[in-house]
Amino acid sequence: MSTSVLFDVPGPKTRARHRIYTVVAWVALVAVIAAVLMRMSSTGQLAYAKWEPFVTPSYISALLVDGLLKTLQMAFSSVVAAVLFGVVFGIGKLSDHAWLRWPCWAVVEFFRAVPVLLMMIYIFFAFGAGEGGIGSYWSVVIALTLYNGAVLAEVFRAGIQAVPAGQGEAAYALGLRKSQVMMQILMPQGVKIMLPSIISQCIVALKDTSLGYVILAPGLTRVGKSIFLEFQNQVQTAIVLAAFYILVNLALTWIATWAQRKFVGEKAVLVTDGGDRSGTAGFQI
Amino acid sequence: MDAVFSQFDLVLKAFLLTLELFLLAGVLSLAFGTLLAAARVGPVAVLRRAAGLYVTLVRSTPLLIIFIFVFFGLPQMDIQLPFLVKGVVSLTFYTSSFVCEAIRSGINAVSVGQAEASRAIGLTFGQSMRYVVLPQALRAVVPPLASVLIALAKNTSVAAGFGLLEATARMRYFTNDQADARTWIFLTFAIGYIVIVELISAGAGSLERRWKVAR
Repeated sequence: MSTSVLFDVPGPKTRARHRIYTVVAWVALVAVIAAVLMRMSSTGQLAYAKWEPFVTPSYISALLVDGLLKTLQMAFSSVVAAVLFGVVFGIGKLSDHAWLRWPCWAVVEFFRAVPVLLMMIYIFFAFGAGEGGIGSYWSVVIALTLYNGAVLAEVFRAGIQAVPAGQGEAAYALGLRKSQVMMQILMPQGVKIMLPSIISQCIVALKDTSLGYVILAPGLTRVGKSIFLEFQNQVQTAIVLAAFYILVNLALTWIATWAQRKFVGEKAVLVTDGGDRSGTAGFQI
Repeated sequence: MDAVFSQFDLVLKAFLLTLELFLLAGVLSLAFGTLLAAARVGPVAVLRRAAGLYVTLVRSTPLLIIFIFVFFGLPQMDIQLPFLVKGVVSLTFYTSSFVCEAIRSGINAVSVGQAEASRAIGLTFGQSMRYVVLPQALRAVVPPLASVLIALAKNTSVAAGFGLLEATARMRYFTNDQADARTWIFLTFAIGYIVIVELISAGAGSLERRWKVAR
């Protein structure tokens, strides 16, 4: 820990003290884990019957095909649409014309401040439900598109503004038009900076697809619900579903970190108000 | 329009529950998140790893799954809690991992030279923490903590799926009953959330301005 601001390199006395802390911490952690496991076993949560669905081929394929695949599809389509939304409104917010800038600002602010679930429920009941409606799948996709698009609009704006001002000035000096400067000079450089943030926004979209549970949208949570209603194994289902999400998200985090290293270098991850500023591969809520 | 305003007390009551969830979970997550952050930057390797594992796992899990676990799973393990407590527990469990990362980033934002300088002029560990490191860390931590709290305020809406009649659940009932006024109902509730979010970010903004330090 010699790189920490908080501590000096420990001497022999401190190291001895740390060894005692380590032992105490181990004992405490093991005690907590043991207490949880004992509780689970005394209430029959470790019984094979409760876990059986998750080793039964037909349930596994339901989880993978009707669950994971649908979830990934919803997340993917909403991220693609959100990128489009983000480009349009991000560039709109940078416009020189106030009549264009302000509406774009208002739209972005609105969709960033309203909970995704509130939007999802409204879209579902207003346009999704009943005959001729767009259905719960598209209600989820549209709600996620609006929210993630608004966050990405901020990412795009910040990304374009992060390109050194000299780049734009040099392009104007060469006689390029405003749209050419944006499309040929600023955008390509900005996108490179934005890439890690866009990938980590996929994590947000993926996690939020789970909210489709509330409007009975397809996906992992719906398959999970039908499993735990049948077997009364809520604890096990929650653990298995969480494992699915964690694995996919860890893979996405890994890709985002890789893109960060490859395209951006050591600089901190691009940050906006909507998300996390810790610089740890832009993990967002 | 009438539909909402004739029952505006119900709207207010729903937002009161939203605020209750937000404040209780907010205070508890700040406390628990700080403990986690202390473990993550502390000298004990076991605690560092355990807190790191907690943060990685919880941040990758959707809040809805945590709600399913707490609301449907815990009763299976003979742990009976009131609805409000279950909502607060779920939100706290989730949010504290983000609080932990926000605080850790604040501590990391203090440059090593500051601590080295304070040791060089002979301050003890306690003094250099109190006078040099923590005040700077606290200031750096305001913007990321504000984002976490804003996310928490919006995340209270997930409780709507689990029998807590807060703002989002109330909107759902309203839009069910009065189909023709749906858009107005939605906008009323959306504005309620926007007010909450703007209040948090205004509060954080003024703290940030007042505590600004040169770096």
